[in-house]
This record gives sequence, C-alpha cells and structure tokens, in this order.
Amino acid sequence: MDVLKETWAGKINEVTIGATEKDGGTRTSQITVGGETTLPFLFKEGAMPHAPVIAMEVLDIEPVDWPETLKKPFGDALRDPVKWAVKCVEEFKARLICVKLAGTHPDFGNKSAEDSAKLIKDILKAVKTPLIILGSGDETKDNIVLAKASEVSKGERCLLGDATEKNYKTLTASCLADGHNIIAESPIDINIAKQANILISEMGFPMERIVINTTIGALGYGMEYAYSIMERARIAALLGDKTLSGPFVCFVGQEAWRAKEAKATSTEHPEWGDETSRGIIWETDTAVSVLMAGADILIMRHPKAVEGVQVYIDDLMKNKGD
Amino acid sequence: MALSGLEIYKLLAKTNCKKCGFPTCLAFAMQLAAKKTSLDKCPSVSEEAKNALESASRPPIKLVTIGEGEEKLEAGNETVLFRHEEKFYHPTGIGFLLEDTQSADELKKAIEEIKKLDFERVGQRIGVNLVALSCKSNDAAKFVEALKTILGGCALPLALMSDDPLIIEKALEISKDKKPLIYKATGVNFKEMANLAKKYKVPLVASAPTLEELAGLVKNLNTEGIEDIILDTGDKALAEKLWDLTQIRRLALKKAFRPFGYPVITFTKSGDPAREVAEASSYVAKYAGIVVLRTRLAWAVLPILTLRQNLYTDPQKPLQVESKIYEVGQVTDKSPVLVTTNFSLTYYTVEGEVEASKVPSFIVVCDAEGMSVLTAWAADKFTADSIASALDKFSIKDKVSHKDLIIPGYVSVLSGKLEEKSGRKVVVGPREASGIPVFLRNLGK
Repeated sequence: MDVLKETWAGKINEVTIGATEKDGGTRTSQITVGGETTLPFLFKEGAMPHAPVIAMEVLDIEPVDWPETLKKPFGDALRDPVKWAVKCVEEFKARLICVKLAGTHPDFGNKSAEDSAKLIKDILKAVKTPLIILGSGDETKDNIVLAKASEVSKGERCLLGDATEKNYKTLTASCLADGHNIIAESPIDINIAKQANILISEMGFPMERIVINTTIGALGYGMEYAYSIMERARIAALLGDKTLSGPFVCFVGQEAWRAKEAKATSTEHPEWGDETSRGIIWETDTAVSVLMAGADILIMRHPKAVEGVQVYIDDLMKNKGD
Repeated sequence: MALSGLEIYKLLAKTNCKKCGFPTCLAFAMQLAAKKTSLDKCPSVSEEAKNALESASRPPIKLVTIGEGEEKLEAGNETVLFRHEEKFYHPTGIGFLLEDTQSADELKKAIEEIKKLDFERVGQRIGVNLVALSCKSNDAAKFVEALKTILGGCALPLALMSDDPLIIEKALEISKDKKPLIYKATGVNFKEMANLAKKYKVPLVASAPTLEELAGLVKNLNTEGIEDIILDTGDKALAEKLWDLTQIRRLALKKAFRPFGYPVITFTKSGDPAREVAEASSYVAKYAGIVVLRTRLAWAVLPILTLRQNLYTDPQKPLQVESKIYEVGQVTDKSPVLVTTNFSLTYYTVEGEVEASKVPSFIVVCDAEGMSVLTAWAADKFTADSIASALDKFSIKDKVSHKDLIIPGYVSVLSGKLEEKSGRKVVVGPREASGIPVFLRNLGK
C-alpha cells in the first residue's frame, strides 16, 4: 500500500504584515502568513510554513450590538480604543491587532478622517504589534478615511481593507504609495474574488501583497458557502492559479457574534445550554470551520475564543516538522 | 472503480445477438457503463464477467449500517473529497462514550442528557446517533449490567467496546437484535471478532495504528468473509488523524483501494469540552463517518451538529425556509412588512438584521425555489406576480392596517408592476441586508 500524495504545482503567496526598525517601521514584531503548498495541515504532503494567525478586533466606537458575554472581558476598554488595543496585547497576548474604523460610517458616528488618523497614530504608539486597519464599509467615506489612515501609518506595512471589485482604486493607490498590504473582498463568489485581485494588480500592485477576503458566514448561517468557495479557491491556487494565490482573511468574530446561538440568553433558549460557553464556542467553531478550508488570518473577538483557537492551531502545528 | 464501456465490452460474449435490446454488444456495454441498463439483460454473460462487473459497480466506500429501525445509523457511500464536487451523503454519526465503571444512576443520567440533544435548525431535525459503551472494568458481568441499563433507556444504535471477544459475545447475546457495532478487531483478535460479527450479523470496527497495518487487517477480515467494516487508526495527534482520514478517503475514491472502502470512526481525546468541539468539528469536516464524544453538554454538541448540517447540505440544492409570514419581535398592525425569498441563508440574514434593528416587523417569505433575491429575480422566480400572490395567500391584509411594502433594493425595478398587482405602496429597501437596521430605524422619520 502506498499513500497518495498530491503534487501541487502552486504555492500560496507569503504576506508579511508589520515593519520593524530594520525595514523602516516601528513594530517590534512581524507576522508572515501564507506559503502553503498543500491543503490545510497535511504536513506529510507539503509545506505549511506559517501557522494561521489570530488578530484581535478593536473598534473605534463602543460596540452597540455586542452581547454581555462578549463585552465583559473588555470592561471599560470598550470605550477607549487605545486602551482596548493595549489590553488585547498585554492581557490577551494578541500578536496582531485589527482596528475597525466602524465609527466613521455616516450612520454610526460619522467620525472624521482626521480623528481616525489620530487614533491610528495613537494605537501605533501604544502597541508594537503589526496592524490591520479596516474602514466602515461605506465606500465614499472609506475612500477618505482609509487614505488618511494609510498616510499616517506609512512604512509600517499594515494590512488595509477592504478593497472591492467596485471600489478598489483609491485604497490600492494608498497602499501602493505607503507600502501597505491590501485586503481584496468578494461576496462569496470565486469569480469576483479573481476579478478583484486582477483589478488591484493591474494598477501595479504586487499580487504578493494581496490578502483575500471571500467573506464568510457564521456557523449555521451560510458557513458552508464560504467553506466551499475557500476550498475551491485554495485548490485552484495550488493548481497554479496566480489570481487566487493570496492567503485568506476571515472575519470570524464579526460573523459568529451575529448568530442567534451566540447571542441568545439561557432564558431564551435553555435547551442550548450555558450562554457564556455557547457564544465563545460559536466563535471558536466558526474559526475551526474556516481553518479546515484554508484560513490564514482570523479576525476574532472574545479572548476565550481566541485562546481556544490558538490552542487548537498550536496542537495541529506540533506535527509541522521542518 | 467503475469500468469504462470498452472495458465492459471486453468481458462480453461479443455475439451481437441483440437479445438485450441493443443493436451490438458494444452499444450494450456503453449503456452498462452509463448505468442505464443492467447486466441480466445479456443471455450469454459469463460468471467471470459477472464477478468483474459486480465488483466494479460496488460503491468505492461501502455503506455500513449500525442499529435497526428509524434511528439506525448509516455511514459511508461517499463519493467525493470536497463537497463542491458533488455533495456529502451520509452525515457523520455523532456518538457518546459511556463506561461500564459508571454507576447505573450515572448511566441513566447520561442517557437522559443524550436524549435531550435533539434540536431543530432551519426546519431540519438535527440529533445524535450512537451510544458507545466501553468495557473499562474488564468484567463481562459488569459490562452486561451496564448494557442492560442503557438498553432500558435508550433507542439509539450502540457500539460495544472491548478487545475481548468473550466479553463482546456476552454483550451481543442480549443486544444482537439491535445490530450493535463491535469495537474492535485488531491484529490479535480478528479471527474471534470476525466469527462474532458473522454469527450475530453485526458490523465490526477494524483498528490498527498505521494505515499499512489497517489495510492488512481489513484484507484479513475480508478473507474471513466480513464486509460490514468500519475503520479506525487509533489514538494519535490531530494532524496525524487528519492525514489518516484524508488518505483513507483519497485511496478509496481515487485508487479504488478496497481495504479503505469503508467509513471511519474517530474519538475525541480531550477531556475539555471546548477542545473536543474543535477536534470533533475537524473530523466532521474531514471525512469521519462517526465521531464519538465524551462531552454531553448542549452548548458543545450544538455547534458540532450545526457544522455537520452545514457541510452535508447539498451545494446544488440550497436549504429553504417555509414560505409564509414571519413575525420578528412584538409586531402590531402598524409594523413594517418586508418581503424576501425562501432561500434559508437569505431569510436568516434578513431576519438577523431585522432583529438587530429592534423594529418589530413582518417578513413575507415568497417561494422562489430556494434562490437568493437577485438569482430568483433573474430566473423569474421572484416577480411582481409571485410576490403579490404570496401577499394574498398569506393574507397580509389581516395582519397590518397600512399599505406599505418594503422590497429588497436589488429588485427596485419591480416597484411599478408590484404596486399595480398588489395594490400596495412599494418602498425600496436597502440592497444588502446589513442596511436593514438603519433603514428600519429611519422609516418613520
């Protein structure tokens, strides 16, 4: 009996986030993701040189729709993004911070680009991990806010997002000018994922600095669509499709904590068991699902879920070999 | 692996006698390969051809049944490595490990807990499938006693776990009618275990620490006449397990490697429920036919069952919700009315956002054959006519006193005709569900 090893021709691009002093930045660490030459965790067949990494999410406004379970570990820090970021790094050992400028949205605070730029500068000063910086999803506003955020973080090699098929030019130009990586977003659609990558790279942006966000659904809420899109894209990349060879970023926390199973109290649904554990496990298991499909960067929220997924990743990576 | 038409042709008599109803043996062979006719139509088929064809038409992964009746657990018969290639057929059986060293009361309590692990999601029942009783005591009498307690309270299929054939036989004597799974045959005891499996007509787990040894063991069991087999590669690190599971599935499907043409059973190792969920979910995603858990906590089992439901959904046939009027929150006759399609993902996304808006609302779900809004509109399944007739059918006029109707932004083009057909005032809502909370909150302003 011989085992059946696939010989893949392709390789996932390696993307490095964060620039240390040596590279002209002020970060004290870097995160590299990607580089896979096989499907997730099949170490006997190919390489998975970098463990998937978890980024903890920090919002620029106090979250309004978070359940108590999720708010509790952060306490007061939820009202102070800088303190929040520091807490994630110092207390929860986050190695990567994702700042979402949700409060710049015209309908949710409408903070100015200047305020956001100051916040980014303050966070860069307060924590020394690499940063992911996200807009609010309002295209017009993002084009102003992210351009400014990109400028003030120039040289720190952040990961900025999201660029979409319809709105990528401004952000791509900023990331190109300021030396950042970029997230290309597509709505659970493999062809649009390809298209977004192609459009961004046609502006002279190196494919090797694009991270793919296929968008996901939470466990129980369309997770399987994202799962299959990711599997298809990853297989295509391993077969040699350069336009799908970016590592994946997955917004696990954001999606998981919208699920009823994560938010409902034990009084509402006694049959679902303890609500604290349930919310955490919903985020954990959404992360596990996308890791099985090839996720490289997980944006997460609850510290206990972060811890659980880290243990899971470490457990798998023990068999990595050299 | 299936034979090609030409390969089948070589096995036929090549008389072109036409008695099968086809003009030539070659044409008949082609139809056989396409599974459009059966070999018994050929009057001059040889024994040799029959055997070759039968073995070639066996599914690459055998369907193995544990238990009897409605609750029986079927594992196997899978045809792909990735669900997008076709679909996954037999949802991973979820089982629970119990030990005969537990007291009768503990076992009874455990069974009650297991029975409660039965949920409904998106209109489907999702439940658990197996109770595995392990003989920790090494004492047949104690094992049988524990088994009796379980049989008394539980209708789920069973797995009997001991390496000692004598103990297994004692247990089979009182449970054979339930067709339990025997766990496990090893390189040491396989002859005795095979005899039991044959005598009591029950499925048997073949367990070996390496793939090589497992293949050898299965061949030995086949030689003993055993075909209802479930595979196990023992206790090892998670990444090693994923490798084993992947290899077994790949070799069965891509190389038609017979010894691995059976479903696989896995056990979670960790005593920590949260870690067990992650471990079990990995096995569900990557090819386990059965996963046996230690935890029975609802919050831990629910995500595993949900993941299984997600991944075993037919990618070509999306889940649908019942088309009717749904009420979100404490609605009144002034509450807004939104309309969407019956694609479950669409509906639950809309419902989630309506809930998040904290504006009590009605959602009218139209039957659009399970398509999302834009797809359904493009396919003519979500039209002014179909929406108007849904509003009529579900009598929205009895629910609200106003005439406003909110439609998804993507189908704003339907507005005019819909107003005409429904007699309602159409309000164009946001394109994406994520815009619903802001939209609803600003409605009255």
